[in-house]
Amino acid sequence: MRASRRTAWTLLLGLVSLIAIVGTTALLLLIAGYDVPRALGALWTGSVGSWYALTSATLVRAIPLMLTGCAIAVAFRAGVWNIGAEGQLLAGGTGATAVALLVPGAGPLAIMLALATGAAAGAGWAGLAAVLRARFGVLEVISTIMLNFVALYAVSFLVRGPLQEPTHAYPQSSSIADAVHLARIPGAGRLHVGIVVAVVLVLAAGWAMRHTAAGYRLMAVGESPTAAASAGMIDVRRVTMLAFITSGALAGLAGAIEVLGVTFALYEDLSPGYGYTAIAVALLAGLDPWRVIGTSLLFAGLEAGAGAMQRDAGVPSTLVSVIEALLILAVVAAQALRARRVGVTVVDERPREDAA
Amino acid sequence: MSVAPPALALEHISRNFGPVAALRDASLHVEAGHVHALLGENGAGKTTLMHVAFGMVSADRGVVRMNGAPVTINAPSDAIAAGIGMVHQHFTLVPAMTVAENIALGGRGLLRHGAMVEAVRDIAAATGFALDPDALVETLSVGAQQRVEIAKALARRARVLILDEPTAVLAPAEAEELLRWARRFADAGNAVVLITHKLHEALGVADRVTVLRQGQVVHTGAAAEASVQTLAGAMLGADAPARHETLPPPTRAGNHRRATVASDATAILAAHHVTVHDERGRARLRDASLVVRAGEIVGLAGVEGGGQWELLRALAGRIDVRAGRIERPTQVGFVPEDRHRDAVLLDRSLTDNAALRGAGGRRGRISWRTLRTGTRSLMDEFDVRAPSTETVMRTLSGGNQQKFVLAREMTTLLLRGRDAPSDARAIVIENPTRGLDVRATAEVHARLRAARDDGAAVLVYSSDLDEVLALADRVAVVHAGTVRDVPADRDVIGRAMLGAA
Repeated sequence: MRASRRTAWTLLLGLVSLIAIVGTTALLLLIAGYDVPRALGALWTGSVGSWYALTSATLVRAIPLMLTGCAIAVAFRAGVWNIGAEGQLLAGGTGATAVALLVPGAGPLAIMLALATGAAAGAGWAGLAAVLRARFGVLEVISTIMLNFVALYAVSFLVRGPLQEPTHAYPQSSSIADAVHLARIPGAGRLHVGIVVAVVLVLAAGWAMRHTAAGYRLMAVGESPTAAASAGMIDVRRVTMLAFITSGALAGLAGAIEVLGVTFALYEDLSPGYGYTAIAVALLAGLDPWRVIGTSLLFAGLEAGAGAMQRDAGVPSTLVSVIEALLILAVVAAQALRARRVGVTVVDERPREDAA
Repeated sequence: MSVAPPALALEHISRNFGPVAALRDASLHVEAGHVHALLGENGAGKTTLMHVAFGMVSADRGVVRMNGAPVTINAPSDAIAAGIGMVHQHFTLVPAMTVAENIALGGRGLLRHGAMVEAVRDIAAATGFALDPDALVETLSVGAQQRVEIAKALARRARVLILDEPTAVLAPAEAEELLRWARRFADAGNAVVLITHKLHEALGVADRVTVLRQGQVVHTGAAAEASVQTLAGAMLGADAPARHETLPPPTRAGNHRRATVASDATAILAAHHVTVHDERGRARLRDASLVVRAGEIVGLAGVEGGGQWELLRALAGRIDVRAGRIERPTQVGFVPEDRHRDAVLLDRSLTDNAALRGAGGRRGRISWRTLRTGTRSLMDEFDVRAPSTETVMRTLSGGNQQKFVLAREMTTLLLRGRDAPSDARAIVIENPTRGLDVRATAEVHARLRAARDDGAAVLVYSSDLDEVLALADRVAVVHAGTVRDVPADRDVIGRAMLGAA
C-alpha cells in the first residue's frame, strides 16, 4: 500500500510538473508578447513532434544529460556536492579525442580505449577536487566550479595549440576517423549507440545504489558521516573518494561519447552546459539514477524544443532556462510539502500486556 | 562577613524541568572581592543555577539581587547589562572571525576596525592577556579562545564573572595561570564564580565554597575551613538515597544478582597500556589498562574530559590508539551518547538503520529481505514501538530510538560473512539512559543485565554515578587519562573521580 501510494505521488508530481511547465511557458510567452500558439507549436515539433526531432534532437541530447545527471545523483547521494560535471565532461571529451586521433586504426578497440580514457580523465578531474577536500579541506562546491573554468580554458588552449587541426584556421581539433565513430542506430537519424551505453550504465548505477553494500555505504555517508563512521564502521574518506571518482567517470564518459558520437572533434563549446543542466536533472529525479532516465529525457526535449522555438518563433532559447529553473523550484516546494505530510506518525507508546 | 551587600545574590531559586527538580530552594551569595567556588557532581545543578543568573534559564521561584537591589534577568542581554559575564564550557565564538570582531559582536552602532582593535588592546593591557586583535579565532588554541571569551565579558564591563569549568579544557600550566588571573580579578574588587568538580582547585583559589547536590545547597562556607574530605563528603552525600533504588520491579530482580566473575574468565575486551591523543596532539589517555571479561558488567565512572570518551571508543574499535594494544572481537556493539549524531540515520527507515551494523565490512549484494526480517525480530524482541520496519527513524520517540540502537548493537542477527561473530560478544555503551524516562531506563538496564547473564562482556559508562553503581559488577574510574579499578563504593568512586583519593 505504501509503495503504490509513493508511485501515485510520483505520478502526480510528474503531472503537476508538466502542467506547470506548459502553463508557465505560455504565461512567459504571453507576457513577452510572442505568438503563444506558434511558439508552443515549435516547442512541440522541435522536441517530440516528429520522428526526426525525437531521435536526432531529443534523444541525442538526452545521452550526455543522462550520464551527467547520474554522475550528480551518485555524488549528491554521498554528500559530495560535485558541481563540476561540466568540467569533468570536457576532460573526458579531451581524453577521448586524444586517443581517437592517436590510434584510429584499431577500430572497436580504439573506441573502447577512447571511452575508457574519457571516463578516466573525468575521474581524474573530479579526483583533483577530492584530493583538495581530503588534504586541505577545500569545499568541493567551490573547487569543482573553479575546475569547470580551468577545464573550459584548457580546452580552449588545446584547440588553438597542441590539438588544433592542421590548417590552423578553426579553434577545433582534427576530425576523428570514421573508424572510431560510434555506430548510428539504423532508422533513427543521428541517434547513436551511446544511448544504449547510457541507459545500461544508469540502470546499473541505480541497481547498485539499491542493492549493493557499496551503494548503501554511499547513502549512509551522505545521510550522516558521523553515524556512518561510528555505527557502521565505514571508512568515510574512502567512500567519499569513491563517490568523487565514480561521479567524475560518468561525466567524463558523457564527454567521450559526445565526441565519438556527435561532434567527431574537440570544440571549446563541446557542451552547451550539460554538466550544469545535469544538476537540475538529478534533483528533479530525487537523486535516483533510474528516475534520471525520465528527467533527462524531459530536459533534453525542452532544450531541443527551445532551439526550434528560437528558429521558428523568434523566442530566445534562454526562456527555456527560466522554465527549467522554475521547474526546480516547483520540485523543491513539492518535496517540502511531501516531507510535511509524512512528518507525523502516531505510535502506540503504552506498555504491552506481555512486556513484563 | 562584610557589611556591604553581596555583588551577586541568588535567593531561594527553584527550577523544574518537567518532573525533574533541577534546583530546589538554592541560594548563593557572592561577595565583591571573592572567588566563589561552586562544586557538585554532574547534574547537581551548578550550571543550571548559573544559567539562571545569566538569564539563559528562568527560575520558577526565587530572586536575583545585584549589590542588594533586585534585578530582573530574562535574557543574557539583561545579565550583561547588569554587569554579569559568563564563560561557557562550550565557547560561543565565531571561528571564522578575528578576535577583535568576536569581541565587538553584539555591540551596537558603526563598526570601526580601529576602535575595535583599540578596545582589545585596552583589555589586553588591563588583564595581562596576550591578545592579537587580528588573529582568526579558529587558529587559536583552546586556552587562547578562553581568554577571548573572558575578554568579551570584560569588554561589556562585567563585574561578576562566571566561569563554567574553565580548567577542564586546559593544560595544567594554563589552568594555573587562569586561576591566578581570576584571583587578581577578584582582588581588584570584582567577583568570580568558579564552577568546578576539582576540589584541589577550589580550595587553592577560592575564598568561599558552595556545594550543590541534587539541586540543593548542602554546604556553604569559607574555603579556609573546608578540606577535600569534607567537600567530597558533601558532594557525594554518603547518606543520600541512590536514585536508582526507586526503579520499578523488573530491574530490581537483576539488581540483586551481582555476578561474581572468576578472574580467570575469558577477557573479551582489553586495553593494555593504551595511549590516545586528541587531534591537537594532547594525550587524553596515558598508559591506560582495563579488562572486561565474559559475563560481567564493568561500570566506568569519570568526570567530563577525563579520558573515558577515548577509552570507550578505543575499546569499541572506533578510534585508533597511539600506543599500547587493544584486544577486541571484530564487531563490538557500541552505543554512543549522542545517538542522533553517531548512531542513526534519522531520515531513513528502521531497516536502513539496521543495515548500518557491520556496513563497513559488508561485501557484494545486500539482501534487504533478510534485513527486513532481522529488523522485524529486533523490534519484537526489544519491544520497539513502530508501525513497520519501513518507518522513518526520526518519527520514533527517544526511548524507542534508544531501544532500537541497543537491539541493533546487542544482537548478532544482522552480521554475516566476514564479520560474523564467534560467541565472544562485547558491548560498549555510553550514558545508556540519558534522556529516557523511568520505564525506558528500567528496560534498558534489564537488557544490559540479560546480555551479561548471556555471557556478553559489557562496559558501561555513565556520568550518573548512581547508574554506574546500579549496573556494575565491577567499577573502574578514569581520571586525568588513567584508569584504575576501585571497589563499588559510592564514596570511594566519588573521591577517585575527583582525584582526591
